[in-house]
Amino acid sequence: MGRYILKRLGLAILTLLLLSLIVFLAGQVLPGNPGRLILGNFASQRSVDILNRQLGLDHPVLLQYWEWATRIMHGNFGRSYQFQAPVISFLFPAAGRSLKLASLAFVIVVPLSILGGVVAALNRGRTVDRIISTIGLSLSTLPEFVSGIVLIVVFAIELKILPVSANAPPGSGVLIQLRYLLLPAIPLVLVLFGYIARIARAGTVEALESDYVRTATLKGLRRRTVIVRHMLRNSMLPTMTVVATQTGYLIGGLVVTETLFNYPGLGRLIYNAAVAKDFPMLEAGVLVIGVVYLTATLLADLLATFLNPRVRLQGFE
Amino acid sequence: MTEIASGVGRAIAESANALEVDHLDVAYRVRGVDHLALRDIGFNIGQHESFGLVGESGCGKSTTALAITRYLPRNGRITSGRIALSGRDVMSMRQEELRLLRARSISVVYQDPGRALNPSMRIGRQVAEVFEILGMKKREALERAEEALRTVQIADPGRIMSAYPHQLSGGMLQRVVIAMAIAVEPTLLILDEPTTALDATVEAEVLDLVSGLREQFGTAVLFISHNLAVIAKMCDRVGVIYAGEIVEQGPARQVFDDPRHPYTVGLLRCVPRRGRRKDLHRLDTIPGFPPTPGEVPSGCIYADRCALADDQCRAETPPVVDLSAGWTSRCFKYAEAPELPWATPEHLATGAGRRSDHPVISIEHVSKTYAGRHGEVVRALVDVNLELFPGETLGVVGESGCGKTTLARVIVGLTSADPNSGVKVAGRRVGSVAERTPEELRLVQIIFQNPDSALNRRHSVRYIITRALTKLTHLKGEERDARLMTMVRSVRLEPRHLSMRPAQLSGGLKQRVAIARAFAGSPAVLVCDEPTSSLDVSVQAAILNLLVDLQTREGVTYVFISHDLGVVRYLSDRIAVLYLGRIMEYGLAESVFSGPHHPYTEALLSAVPTLDGTEPERIRLRGEIPSPANPPPGCVFNTRCHRRLSDGTCETVEPILREIEPGKFMRCHLPIEQLARREPTEANEF
Repeated sequence: MGRYILKRLGLAILTLLLLSLIVFLAGQVLPGNPGRLILGNFASQRSVDILNRQLGLDHPVLLQYWEWATRIMHGNFGRSYQFQAPVISFLFPAAGRSLKLASLAFVIVVPLSILGGVVAALNRGRTVDRIISTIGLSLSTLPEFVSGIVLIVVFAIELKILPVSANAPPGSGVLIQLRYLLLPAIPLVLVLFGYIARIARAGTVEALESDYVRTATLKGLRRRTVIVRHMLRNSMLPTMTVVATQTGYLIGGLVVTETLFNYPGLGRLIYNAAVAKDFPMLEAGVLVIGVVYLTATLLADLLATFLNPRVRLQGFE
Repeated sequence: MTEIASGVGRAIAESANALEVDHLDVAYRVRGVDHLALRDIGFNIGQHESFGLVGESGCGKSTTALAITRYLPRNGRITSGRIALSGRDVMSMRQEELRLLRARSISVVYQDPGRALNPSMRIGRQVAEVFEILGMKKREALERAEEALRTVQIADPGRIMSAYPHQLSGGMLQRVVIAMAIAVEPTLLILDEPTTALDATVEAEVLDLVSGLREQFGTAVLFISHNLAVIAKMCDRVGVIYAGEIVEQGPARQVFDDPRHPYTVGLLRCVPRRGRRKDLHRLDTIPGFPPTPGEVPSGCIYADRCALADDQCRAETPPVVDLSAGWTSRCFKYAEAPELPWATPEHLATGAGRRSDHPVISIEHVSKTYAGRHGEVVRALVDVNLELFPGETLGVVGESGCGKTTLARVIVGLTSADPNSGVKVAGRRVGSVAERTPEELRLVQIIFQNPDSALNRRHSVRYIITRALTKLTHLKGEERDARLMTMVRSVRLEPRHLSMRPAQLSGGLKQRVAIARAFAGSPAVLVCDEPTSSLDVSVQAAILNLLVDLQTREGVTYVFISHDLGVVRYLSDRIAVLYLGRIMEYGLAESVFSGPHHPYTEALLSAVPTLDGTEPERIRLRGEIPSPANPPPGCVFNTRCHRRLSDGTCETVEPILREIEPGKFMRCHLPIEQLARREPTEANEF
């Protein structure tokens, strides 16, 4: 077990290194001259060159990567080109706000979609199943910017029951903040619902048709006990891993939703940095997302293995 | 276990039959059309009686069990008939009533105990649930669970209670399932192929256990099996089921000794019984195939495959004929059934057997050592020496994990043996598959247990065999096509099968394709790894006959691996008995079966149930097979041996494989005089 965790951790770190390399190289390849970006269109070519040299941009690429990576290891993400301020002072507040939004979406979508999947599985082949499956599938094909706009028009502009903006006035309580975040969270929920529900349904159907569920039923257990104790426990293992991998997708969704709802989270930060060719900000943002994503999948895998006695008690192949 | 079980259900109808099934029809709905899976099934099981349901796969045995427990798949439904348990109508019960019935009055033991238990719950908890349903508190339920495990002779129930299913062997898991089933003393215990997934010795233990529990509790039993001998051993009465109908039923002894339905006669003749050998007898087969579900032939359902069938059989549905009290046959020709003509000539000089004294394959000091997961050393084969001559069959027997399959893989080259091991084919030393020349590859071929996974399902039969011909013979064009047709005919496939893909063929036909593929290059040695284990007896008989024919014609040598001693005896000239990777006994087939026996062989032989109802003295092996990573010191069999010497030799000194009489080798410290001889009993002939 310990060896397995170490191995997984090692792999995660390796993935992170690769990611950083890709992010860094992408920054190199993308058009745009940092010196020019910082000094503006009217600065002389000479001063742009001097600044570029000060920034170390004349060093060989690998050396630049090494310098960049060491800086980041020390917690120094560099200075934003567009704001002329340390990246870190934007990064973490934005990440915190995104975390709030994403958590809300997750808290809504996970129980809802698992419930939907399980209900569909228990009624497989019947109308309820078809409705849930069809709705789920249709919703996942609906892009966030479409559903987002529809939601704004209907709930904020026409019905006026929810605010258009995601930003609660400063100093508001938790409930007020939730009220503001609800509308932006819904497009994320809609996109994820279909997929998670489908996996939950598949896992449940498999468990339902298994011999051990038959044993449990023929023992004379109540249906509820069979479902909760025998079926869900086994069918939720694969579902959980899927939920974790959806974190990555969720972050992609954040970029769109945050921009749409004008919410200053990580997604909008990255989007703006990309538009402004603010490489240090962009790189830092992508790296943070990478770390979040890796941590989520790692935790899900470890949890799944820990809950599976077959793996927990016998080591790993 | 007392007060709860003797509750309501039983008190109501002490006099009624435990189970009554009348005119039961069950249909499965496939693409909007109902297909009848069971037709007019009727049988009763009296209190304390055991009733066997026997038949080939797909004939409706399990569907019957599912219908009785009302656990049919969602597309299945009972279309008519009546099922009553202790006089209470099961079919009209509502959910809650049905649940209580399952909790108190009816229990099921399944084929695959590994899958019947919840993989993520501890054993103790799963057994305790049975008691919790009856209203016990958790602590009391757990105590009762431990007691229940003791009832099924689990030596260390405390340890088993806290284990998860994957940590236990198949035999142990089946004990747990039986403990759960018997715990509440049900009115009816349904055993659905309970030993099919288990080794012969474990099967014998489980069957002993069921018999013992039946004596103790007097539970009525519905025993479902495809294995005629198991049914003969376990049941008072038997029903033979074919294509969803019970064609014959009656007292087990009578039905097996004097069958009165052509299908029963056919089934019994398919079984390689004691004393049958390939050079003396052919096995009979049942021609044709069972009807596909939904297809309802007019007249007798068996008419198409029956050699006695005449116009009446094809036109009219035969009545259920009462032969004597409680013995019925659904046949117009019940009187002539015992004289059913043989589908294959019974006596046929086969001429198989050794043809030369130059070994075609020599296995010299072959060992195979694996590195285990935690760095331990697993010795799958230890110093195996064998010589095989052209035209003979070597049977390899032993329980699962004894090294049979590793030996097969080493011979074919799929697994490379340890350095210093030698496999010689026609006098030349060969390595693993990658190192073999095309000629060496051609000489040694293999067929596997499961033709489903051994044949590429995306290719047609023609392609599969042609490819083998191209690779192994270098034949081209017309010559190759001619050879293809010869192959197809010799394994008794038809030209129309050539364009089919494996999925369109039945298990038996698939195995024929695999055999044709293996014979494409006229091999000198064919390794058969449990080639008939997944097949029904009638199909098995046809495949065994085919193998004998091909051996007679081509002079090929077989290494025949099987856990079925009847099959091995039928086919083998010599037999090697493996235990923990070592040869324990090796000699001519007849001498291995007649003795003197190695104690392990003796135990294996005593574990096989017989059709003729003779009950040889059972030898019970202690404990479970030790791990090959950690074999016991001394003789590896000593931990389970019933003849272990009292002076401690067996525990300390590993015996060598010595020649105790010409051509017969034995790995045992005991003097020959102290080794047992089991006289084979001759089976009834039909």
